[in-house]
Amino acid sequence: MVIPVFLAGTDKTFWEWVVFLIQNNYMDFIKGAGRTLLIAAVGTILGCIIGFLVGIVQTIPLEPQDNIIKKIILKIVRAIMSSYVEIFRGTPMIVQAIVIYYGSLQMFGIDMTAMTAGFVVVSINTGAYMAESVRGGIDSIDVGQTEAAKAIGMTHFQTMLSIILPQALRNILPQIGNNLIINIKDTAVLNVISVNELFFTAKTLNGMYYNAFPVYFIACVVYFIMTFTCSRILRWYEKKIDGPDSYTLAGTGHTGVPVKKRPAGMTMQLMNRKYNEQRSAMR
Amino acid sequence: MMNGNKSPVIEVRHLIKNFGKVEVLMDIDFKTYPGDVICVIGSSGSGKSTLLRCINLLETPTGGDILFNGKNIMDRKTSVTDYRAKVGMVFQQFNLFNNMTVLQNCMTGQIKVLKRSKKEAEETAMKYLTQVGMDPYINAKPHQISGGQKQRVAIARALAMEPEVLLFDEPTSALDPEMVGEVLEVMRELVENGLTMIIVTHEMAFARDVSTRVVFMDKGVIAEEDTPEIIFNNPTNPRTREFLARFMHDQD
Repeated sequence: MVIPVFLAGTDKTFWEWVVFLIQNNYMDFIKGAGRTLLIAAVGTILGCIIGFLVGIVQTIPLEPQDNIIKKIILKIVRAIMSSYVEIFRGTPMIVQAIVIYYGSLQMFGIDMTAMTAGFVVVSINTGAYMAESVRGGIDSIDVGQTEAAKAIGMTHFQTMLSIILPQALRNILPQIGNNLIINIKDTAVLNVISVNELFFTAKTLNGMYYNAFPVYFIACVVYFIMTFTCSRILRWYEKKIDGPDSYTLAGTGHTGVPVKKRPAGMTMQLMNRKYNEQRSAMR
Repeated sequence: MMNGNKSPVIEVRHLIKNFGKVEVLMDIDFKTYPGDVICVIGSSGSGKSTLLRCINLLETPTGGDILFNGKNIMDRKTSVTDYRAKVGMVFQQFNLFNNMTVLQNCMTGQIKVLKRSKKEAEETAMKYLTQVGMDPYINAKPHQISGGQKQRVAIARALAMEPEVLLFDEPTSALDPEMVGEVLEVMRELVENGLTMIIVTHEMAFARDVSTRVVFMDKGVIAEEDTPEIIFNNPTNPRTREFLARFMHDQD
């Protein structure tokens, strides 16, 4: 970090300050923004994994004929997961950060770096929120999808993996994006355990120059660039998953497998007409 | 009975299904022989669909036995998924997998359940999609095609598993009238090919034409079971007569 050789004066205008800060401390901002992005991205990904695991376990169907051990284990696991969700949704992240960072050392002798603590806090926090989103996403899929998958012989696991979760994931993608954006902003609270992210950088620079407005203004712009870029990328990805609006008609009969053909000229329109004639004849 | 010397593919014995305190199926006995086309008719709430859903265990029967080629599938030791792979189902609401194209819909079960190679699965899928006339639409997603087309794809998806028995749960009830014919015509072709089918339907003309036997259900029991000639022209049970009279009347 560049050490100022002068005290902040009134000899510079606001924009001159901004230019000065960018010229002298751009590396600090980039490093801070990088850490913010890293924690937010890793936290969102790990949080999604936690959320999916919890959400999936919460939606495992319990049949009356299942054996008693499966029932008991599932009930206990679910109780633990519900309390996890309630506790981490119900307490502020800033407090969780302090409790986990200092508590893990005092209670369990785990000496993790502030950065590691940051990853942990953001991940389990996101996981708690995502668990509910995933559960909602799974519940929102029509039961007919599950029945159709079961009817062709898929197991519960196969049904989940190839039919339900891809659709649930698409439905909750906007919420995952939301969580990423919230995480980019909320990593700012990690400054209480001195994680060297963007807000902490701004705080440090303010301490050096005693001029809050230009410093935090730059931080503000950097935060916005990050969140806006992420939201655009996610929007693009949503569209990509949905696939094209139109489809191409494929050329017919390229399989070479002999098939019993219906009579020539028996079009679907003709079939429909034939049916209607038969119906009238029935009356 | 003409199938007297063959053994049944599906045999339902004393089947009971309750939803809470409501008795939906009461002591159902019922046999399906290879090559049979059985149409199940009856008014709404008579238990037709529940019977069909019990047969492939989408509903767990409260009591009784279901035998598939002589093997009791209610037995814990028999694999439910193996059984379901051999008994196809076509739903009223089509239930195509929304996250997949028409072709993928017909391939996924073959790959995941039957462990066929991708190439083999694609060939089989194309064979049956061609049979139902949906081969030009393999790249379409379910939301891009009409109801009649969806149901034809659903039939191809079930056929691609090459099941021994195919169950139809009111396959045309959710369709616009102008699309019913194309689905029934495809089903008629399956009858000609000798596929064993159990069809829950309100299409009386179709039931009369294609079925080897018709089952009339009323208030959770099989009220009458006979050839289509007898059921439609000379039913013995007054309730069958009443239902058919009312049904024909409603059609006008």
